[in-house]
Amino acid sequence: MNNEYEVIVIGGGPAGLTAGLYTSRARLSSLLIERGLVGGQIADAELVENFPGFPEGVSGPELGQLMNQQATKHGLNTIIAEVIGIELQGEKKVVMTTKGNFTAKAVIIASGSERRKLGIPGEEKFSGKGVSYCATCDAPFFKEKPVAVVGGGDAAITEALHLVKFVSRVIVIHRRDQLRATRILQEKAFSEPKIEFLWNTVVEEIEGEGTVKRLKLRQVITGEKSTLDVSGVFVSIGLTPGTDYLKGVLPLDAASYIITNERMGTEIPGIFAAGDIRLNSARQAITAAGDGATAAIYAEEFISQQPFTSLPSEV
Amino acid sequence: MNKPIAVDDANFDQAILKSETPVLVDFWAPWCRPCIMAAPVLEELAEEYAGRITIAKLDVDQNARTAVKYGIMAIPNLIIFKHGKPTSQIVGYRPKAELKRELDAALE
Repeated sequence: MNNEYEVIVIGGGPAGLTAGLYTSRARLSSLLIERGLVGGQIADAELVENFPGFPEGVSGPELGQLMNQQATKHGLNTIIAEVIGIELQGEKKVVMTTKGNFTAKAVIIASGSERRKLGIPGEEKFSGKGVSYCATCDAPFFKEKPVAVVGGGDAAITEALHLVKFVSRVIVIHRRDQLRATRILQEKAFSEPKIEFLWNTVVEEIEGEGTVKRLKLRQVITGEKSTLDVSGVFVSIGLTPGTDYLKGVLPLDAASYIITNERMGTEIPGIFAAGDIRLNSARQAITAAGDGATAAIYAEEFISQQPFTSLPSEV
Repeated sequence: MNKPIAVDDANFDQAILKSETPVLVDFWAPWCRPCIMAAPVLEELAEEYAGRITIAKLDVDQNARTAVKYGIMAIPNLIIFKHGKPTSQIVGYRPKAELKRELDAALE
């Protein structure tokens, strides 16, 4: 296999696939490295209704496949491997992976984020025994049983709406008094008779015997404590960037996101970041795709040493 | 080319519990995306550990009896069996390096 490319893209979600599409069409030899399946987080969504161009919505896996086909058609190479680290050798960037080392003139990091954990007693112990981080994977194991969803964002409400097809009831536990989820998802959830809400409430402990039996809760305003009997708890409290392999290479913010400028450039010339892994990303498939295109255009500029536009220089 | 073997409720005892070599069983289902993601990694492991560790796959949707017996409530769910006994369990999608560490430990 060829080990030298002009551009390496890390991560095969909407950001990475769009970056790869653009760099391939720019006739830059491009390699995309994905650790699992292309598509990224979007592929977990049953229906994506906010990606322009699909008036009836599109299934997440299908959208991922379409993006992949489009990039591949224009010459993007893809390998399945995990990235272990990045090293600088003069002008060259060496990307170390479980399938060997690859070098490039420019690297676009688009490896997204991972599920955040609650970090409370019982979470680890009952992981896989009632504690789940993937409703589409595990909902069928809770047929006609009561379950809780922890969180109030789009992902949490989407999971609750998926769970009602299987379980007896869903209790959404949210630490605030209103949801962060998009209004249209809120409307669906509020009109679903199987979904109940516990507002201003946090989970302090997960208890059980062998499997999850109940949650210990605390009302954050009154301080009142209570318990809730459930067979399962789906944790959906947001994401954390997968940047462990970048520590010491790139400056990260306190929460480990990559800091970029408006051209998706990082502190290291020739290393760009796009999508959810970037500080202040809007975390949408379409904004990730936009980041990917921007990163690719400025990566091309970096490689060719030809200014992309007559934009005023950065202030 | 060594590939993961498919096992079911009917042949689980024979194929897994009576196996001379350690077996890693991947409890999975077609609706589970991380399970599909893990599939190529398991194929590579089947090749790399050929003759030393058997890699097997059990579809929990078709084989509820075995899934219930081992208390499967989340997938992907990997259980390593040695001489018929579960010795370690890995829940959720994990990088290949981590799976290799578990397999190497099972060989000691």
